[in-house]
Amino acid sequence: MAFHTRALLSACAMAALCASASAETITIATVNNGDMIRMQGLTKDFTDKNPDIEVKWLTMEENVLRQRVTTDVATKGGQFDVMTIGTYEVPIWGKQGWLVSLNDLPESYDVDDLLPAIRGGLTVDGELYAAPFYGESSMVMYRTDLMEKAGLEMPEAPTWDFIVKAAKAMTDKENEIYGICLRGKAGWGENMAFLTAMSNSFGARWFDMDWNPQFNTPEWKETLTTYLDVMNEAGPPGASSNGFNENLALFQTGKCGMWIDATVAASFVTNPKDSQVADKVGFALAPDNGLGKRSNWLWAWTLAIPAGTQKEAAAKKFIDWATSKEYLELVAAEEGWANVPPGTRTSLYENPEYQKVPFAKMTLDSINSADPNNPTVEPVPYVGVQFVAIPEFQGMATVTGQVFSAALAGSMDADAALAAAQAATEREMKKAGYIK
Amino acid sequence: MARAVSNRRKALVTICAWAVGIAIFFPILWTVLTSFKTEAEAIASPPSFLFFDWTLENYSTVQERSDYFRHFSNSVIISFGSTLLGLLIAIPAAWSMAFVPGKRTKDVLMWMLSTKMLPPVGVLIPIYLLFRDTGLLDTRVGLVMVLTLINLPIIVWMLFTYFREIPGEILEAARMDGAELWSEIIYVLTPMAVPGIASTLLLNIILSWNEAFWTLNLTAVDAAPLTAFIASYSSPEGLFYAKLSAASTMAIAPILIIGWFSQKQLVRGLTFGAVK
Repeated sequence: MAFHTRALLSACAMAALCASASAETITIATVNNGDMIRMQGLTKDFTDKNPDIEVKWLTMEENVLRQRVTTDVATKGGQFDVMTIGTYEVPIWGKQGWLVSLNDLPESYDVDDLLPAIRGGLTVDGELYAAPFYGESSMVMYRTDLMEKAGLEMPEAPTWDFIVKAAKAMTDKENEIYGICLRGKAGWGENMAFLTAMSNSFGARWFDMDWNPQFNTPEWKETLTTYLDVMNEAGPPGASSNGFNENLALFQTGKCGMWIDATVAASFVTNPKDSQVADKVGFALAPDNGLGKRSNWLWAWTLAIPAGTQKEAAAKKFIDWATSKEYLELVAAEEGWANVPPGTRTSLYENPEYQKVPFAKMTLDSINSADPNNPTVEPVPYVGVQFVAIPEFQGMATVTGQVFSAALAGSMDADAALAAAQAATEREMKKAGYIK
Repeated sequence: MARAVSNRRKALVTICAWAVGIAIFFPILWTVLTSFKTEAEAIASPPSFLFFDWTLENYSTVQERSDYFRHFSNSVIISFGSTLLGLLIAIPAAWSMAFVPGKRTKDVLMWMLSTKMLPPVGVLIPIYLLFRDTGLLDTRVGLVMVLTLINLPIIVWMLFTYFREIPGEILEAARMDGAELWSEIIYVLTPMAVPGIASTLLLNIILSWNEAFWTLNLTAVDAAPLTAFIASYSSPEGLFYAKLSAASTMAIAPILIIGWFSQKQLVRGLTFGAVK
């Protein structure tokens, strides 16, 4: 019995301790990408500057974290004070009133220094709802040696015609070299991110101004047939299950001639520790068709504060620290300029030290050539380059991703896949009340 | 002659059993091997099986980045806590169903099982709201409760099938000798059902240890068990297979060792009553 009393007492004491400490403790939920892990490692700099604030971290894989923070923010669960969310969530959550406006960040934060393309995607009705931590786009990474062997020269801004031609010329299936590696794994953030961005350069769009799905248009047909043709002729076997990681592994082991994917991959493929082709990689802008839109996407991981947190002031202090110019300098001093989180601030790209990083300019050009508020050749009612920032998009793009992946695997043809995508999207949009 | 045939058959069965065993165990073995490789070797093709530069680098990186022991102790508390609480409720329940069945016992058993047929995500929001309002979010107590409720149908069913194998006459005899209800359950029934209870216990510890929906969705920092530890190492954008393998190996090692040592008990319990 004495033991029980003691346990109870100590539990009470613990609870009291926690309560007194919690006034100063903020909990941060973040994805486990390299840049965020680095931020976690540099927490001490923040707590040294703000000794009254303690920081707790939850780092998780992107998809698990998305589910976790969505549940919490939707129920106002109050488990987190700062959340890492993407450009897809920010406009939707901002509109729902789930996020705290960041318009009142101190002047020293210099909000006008944020890249306009990125800032535009995080602003709803004039309110900035999240601060960008790092931004990324997509671009072409290619093997300079294989390109030379094929007798071709990669232009800085290639067209799709050139990419298809080069892919076929570089392919040498006997030696397991495939001209092009593209995402084929089904998922709204996997093959659909790539295909949606690709379709923009073919003049296609998800919806017209009345929210009618557009998969039955010739533009989408051209997008999908181009993708299927080049992948069938010059892609690796089993491409329908390849996502970012699978293609990264293929490229790093010398099996891909070209790979069009996230700009963040540049630092992986040029790292001699992990990549066998580190010294033979060139970069180019994502291809276009001369229609005024390129096929690159725009994504940013951002820090936002859920509405209803009790520690808004401390959370704002943290965001101010983590997305400031000083943080970029801190990372540069600790780990070198190549490891600075890219794609958020104009001043970074004006810094002569940073301009020496080989992929810096290409990343900036790629980001600047994507406009989430005006992503397509013809006008659209939505925000987002490789996604449509409406809550129904995840579900619809998951289904269309599955049929397009099936088309790549050869179990249906392009027409059947497009018809299935059109039917599924129409059904969902009717159900959601966008169209009658 | 007859002996030769039976020997050959024995060999065949042995080979088959080993083949199946190795096929099932291979992914785990591969995970363990990968955890000792560098990231570059982890994705090399063709992969090297044993002849690579063995390194402990991944383990030290993982330990440096996240607090393994905090996650580990949460896992232990949650899985043992929920299993013991479950047994405490399930033993009397299974006793009544096995030895004093009523008209609706079968229906009750089926109904309990039917709760397992609902996808957990269907009740995520209601449970999350309940937890929020009762302050149970990110607490071990909350997780113990949820996992107990989730595994209770399985515990009751397993115990029920074991108890049914025990002749009711023995309990009657105990009653004749003046045993009360509780002494009957504790001193007569439980010792006879030890193999069954032990295997139920082990199986449920394994189930709770591996449970990765509720343990991820209802925790944040303080109560996060090893499932959250693993989730922080898988990555859709970045090849960290070696580190992920190291984290996975650290997460499954304890349960693997428990399973290894209690293999006999587990098999005996699971096949209890299966062969007549």
